[in-house]
Amino acid sequence: MTSRDRIFATLRAGLKHTVDDPARPAAVAERINRRTPNLVPQRAQIPHAEQVALFTAKVEALTVTVDSVPAEQDVPGKVADYLARHNLPSQLRVAPDPLLQNLPWSERPMLQVDYGPGRSQDLVSVTPAFAGIAETGTLMLHSSATTPTTLHFVPDHHIVVMKESQITGSLEDAFARLRDKLGTADKSAAENWPRTVNFVTGPSRTADIEGVPVLGAHGPRRLHIVLIADGTP
Amino acid sequence: MSQIDAKPRVALFVTCLVDLFRPSVGFAAIKLMEDAGCIVEVPEAQVCCGQPAYNSGDRKDTAAIAKQVIEAFEDYDYVVAPSGSCGGMIKDHYPALFAADSEWQRRAEDLSGRMHELTSFLVDVLKVQGVQTAPQDVKITYHDSCSGLRELGVKGQPRALLDSIGGLEIVEMQTPETCCGFGGTFCVKYGEVSTDIVSRKTADITATGADLLLAGDMGCLLNMAGKLKREGSAVQVRHVAEVLAGMTDLPAIGEEQK
Amino acid sequence: MSMQITAQNFEANAKKALKDPNLRKAMQIIGGPMASRRVETARELPEFEALRDEGVKIKTHVLKHIDLYLEKFEQQLTARGGKLHWCRTSREARETILALCRSRNAKLVTKGKSMVTEEIGLNAFLEEHGITPVETDLGEYIIQLAQEPPSHIIGPALHKTREQVAELFEEHHPDYELPNVPGVKAGPRSTEPQVLVTEARSVLRDTYFKADVGITGANFLIAETGATVIVTNEGNGDLTQSLPKMHIAVSSIEKVIPNLEDLSTILRILARSATGQEMSCYTTLSCGPKRPEDKDGPEEFHVVLVDNGRSEMLGTELEPLLRCIRCGACMNNCPVYHSVGGHAYGWVYPGPIGAALDPHMIGLETARHLPNASTFCGKCEEVCPMRIPLPDIMRWWREQAHEKQITPPLQRWGIEAWAFAAKNPWLYRLGARVAIGLLNLLGKDKGKFTSLPLVGGWTDGRDFPAPQSGSTFMSQYKKKGQKSGVTK
Ligand code: SF4
Repeated sequence: MTSRDRIFATLRAGLKHTVDDPARPAAVAERINRRTPNLVPQRAQIPHAEQVALFTAKVEALTVTVDSVPAEQDVPGKVADYLARHNLPSQLRVAPDPLLQNLPWSERPMLQVDYGPGRSQDLVSVTPAFAGIAETGTLMLHSSATTPTTLHFVPDHHIVVMKESQITGSLEDAFARLRDKLGTADKSAAENWPRTVNFVTGPSRTADIEGVPVLGAHGPRRLHIVLIADGTP
Repeated sequence: MSQIDAKPRVALFVTCLVDLFRPSVGFAAIKLMEDAGCIVEVPEAQVCCGQPAYNSGDRKDTAAIAKQVIEAFEDYDYVVAPSGSCGGMIKDHYPALFAADSEWQRRAEDLSGRMHELTSFLVDVLKVQGVQTAPQDVKITYHDSCSGLRELGVKGQPRALLDSIGGLEIVEMQTPETCCGFGGTFCVKYGEVSTDIVSRKTADITATGADLLLAGDMGCLLNMAGKLKREGSAVQVRHVAEVLAGMTDLPAIGEEQK
Repeated sequence: MSMQITAQNFEANAKKALKDPNLRKAMQIIGGPMASRRVETARELPEFEALRDEGVKIKTHVLKHIDLYLEKFEQQLTARGGKLHWCRTSREARETILALCRSRNAKLVTKGKSMVTEEIGLNAFLEEHGITPVETDLGEYIIQLAQEPPSHIIGPALHKTREQVAELFEEHHPDYELPNVPGVKAGPRSTEPQVLVTEARSVLRDTYFKADVGITGANFLIAETGATVIVTNEGNGDLTQSLPKMHIAVSSIEKVIPNLEDLSTILRILARSATGQEMSCYTTLSCGPKRPEDKDGPEEFHVVLVDNGRSEMLGTELEPLLRCIRCGACMNNCPVYHSVGGHAYGWVYPGPIGAALDPHMIGLETARHLPNASTFCGKCEEVCPMRIPLPDIMRWWREQAHEKQITPPLQRWGIEAWAFAAKNPWLYRLGARVAIGLLNLLGKDKGKFTSLPLVGGWTDGRDFPAPQSGSTFMSQYKKKGQKSGVTK
């Protein structure tokens, strides 16, 4: 008997009263595929404009800074301002994502932009996000060919470029959007699920020394969001 | 039906600690319930609720003791204890003792439905709004005993009754709901830990500047009074029933008994 | 060879802890700000109590079908290219992990925080076999330097003061310098937490990149997608799992949940209960190794799933413990924990969850004090997001100890003698009168006893209030009744 067999044998012995119930597999399959949220807090169930306001308020309460810009072409300017504000060198490690690659970086000739995963020497990363979750001020990011996840953790400063239309109310809304995006005609969303999904709520922090909150434990010390005001989806 | 007949017949569950250490609490409880229009009796066949055995893991003896309690209190409309701990034992834990015996379980559940802690009985069942007690110019603080609070939901009731006494002021502790460290046999078995817990409690009590500490359970009261006395504190300690019944002429807990 | 067990010495451990000034300072943080932040964030979410109910429902449902959920998880994980290793015992888990490390010729391993790896005693085992594990969670890192076990499941080094941390860094970091004064090596070290955190950050930076294998825990396993989930604040877990070539997630079987909606529900109560945050900084779902198109991530992804006695809890009084999400709220709110701290409990899981779980994991004989060292105040159950009836389970252990005669004979006889009296009302009354008589004989000092035989545990630190003058309530009542004729 393998360990796997023995563990299952003990589990099934513990379930002796119900283990033979033929309805169990269907109940489990139904439960896994059920897409109705259990209970979504009221605070998340608000019109999109309020979601944007709540998201902004929540991230700012976590010391995240937010620059709102009317359009994509304004992003490089705001990024340059951020670097200047924090006395940072003009080097950016950027996710090779179409949105970011198409930004008019060349209008800011001082900026040195290169694309790829995070390396130990990188001080500032720029990445897109998949969604912003208003209820807690949480960013949802995931791995892909164009979004290496090391950019979310290695650099000291993480700049996220996203659109207002990407803001959702709840965690469940964000998962639903990801499922919609990933599900294809021949494959379920689970089958196409990315290697990594990161939820990021504020910069890295610790309270391990005497309970004193300190930012920048191992991940980014600062998180900055450039929010493109593209309105409601 | 005459007015007299409509009076509820209430049995007082005295509790061991009141029986032994503070009989005046029993008389105060009787007075409070009689003032509220009850006929109060004290069945002689009563014993301890069995909690010491129950919490020591002796389930067999607990069940035997519980059967006696159930029998002794079978005939009353209500059973009331001046303790959340004994009250919780009878109300919350008795039915579970007889999971395998449906007849006794039914009887345990019947008692559970009639069982109340004193202040909760006065406020929640009898709908008493206040007590007719002479004004007392005193600053009190109130400790919420764990079982009463968490098993029976006793929190606002004693405060509401105290509020009806003129001149009395309630100053809350920082953490009135934190355990005092009594814990039944715990206080002797792990005496140093228990002492440490109660010292946080007495610090909290002292910081309120109150003259008088009240609670609804003798166990906690003996523990907190014992610590306060050892610290040389001037804070007096009494069971809430004594103050509500205006029976504060006797010395407080841990003070020289006349 | 798992973690050093000292649970059998609880009494001595507790005595020592009560005299440790640094521990007392740390416990003030846990009992004060940490506990009150939980109350505040819970209050800000009107649905908090309802969400707890939802969480209990999810876990209860899973436990009814845990075999099927684990099968589904395995199937999905495998389909994403991950590999699942089933381990029945600590030893099997250690050996599995060692074999995986060896397959990569690993010398250096980074570790994210994981209570299960503490439970199986992984670090010492790896070290014995020539592999250096480096804890990367700041708290775990500190206690690894100090060679101590964690004292709290989410704040493992909260018992260390900033001065002690500075000393440890001074001893272990060759280049630890006085911050902001380049080139100055002598002189007093800064003990500011910000400075200490920065020091640890810079020391661990290189380690992340050099490590051959990254080991993390997992807070949840998602049957829907085959993902493991870690929840952290520091970001160390993500660096640990995304930089080395191999990621091993060590978890236990009860962590499986059905789908992402369930994850959403439980996340809402986890961080609020644990640290009083709305969400921890980083929640990461991982499934499978690096994809062909990915530019980073581990080449291999393994999940080591440990049973270690959990499957035996199913269908017993202990089953509710399998709902535990290891948030630590029960200990943050426990009066006994506030007095003695985590080490006194003498094994991996301290506080109320430890008192209920440890007797199963390390044996009742060894852990017999833990379920007894509780006042049954019920606060742990009140705050437990999963509404685990911790006091009931501790009482159940006391019943087991009583039945199996593990309780010391004197205590057992004492309670049985008392129960014998309590079963006989007349004997009980007599006993009560005798007790009062005895107390009066022993003499009291102004309304109290400053010492009493048999209850030294009480009178060493407190006075023992004397009974009111006169006899018991029952005899007084009887006398009164005879006078007025109302007694029954
Ligand atoms: S028992 Fe409850 S409160 Fe304690 S760690 Fe587990 S989930 Fe949290």
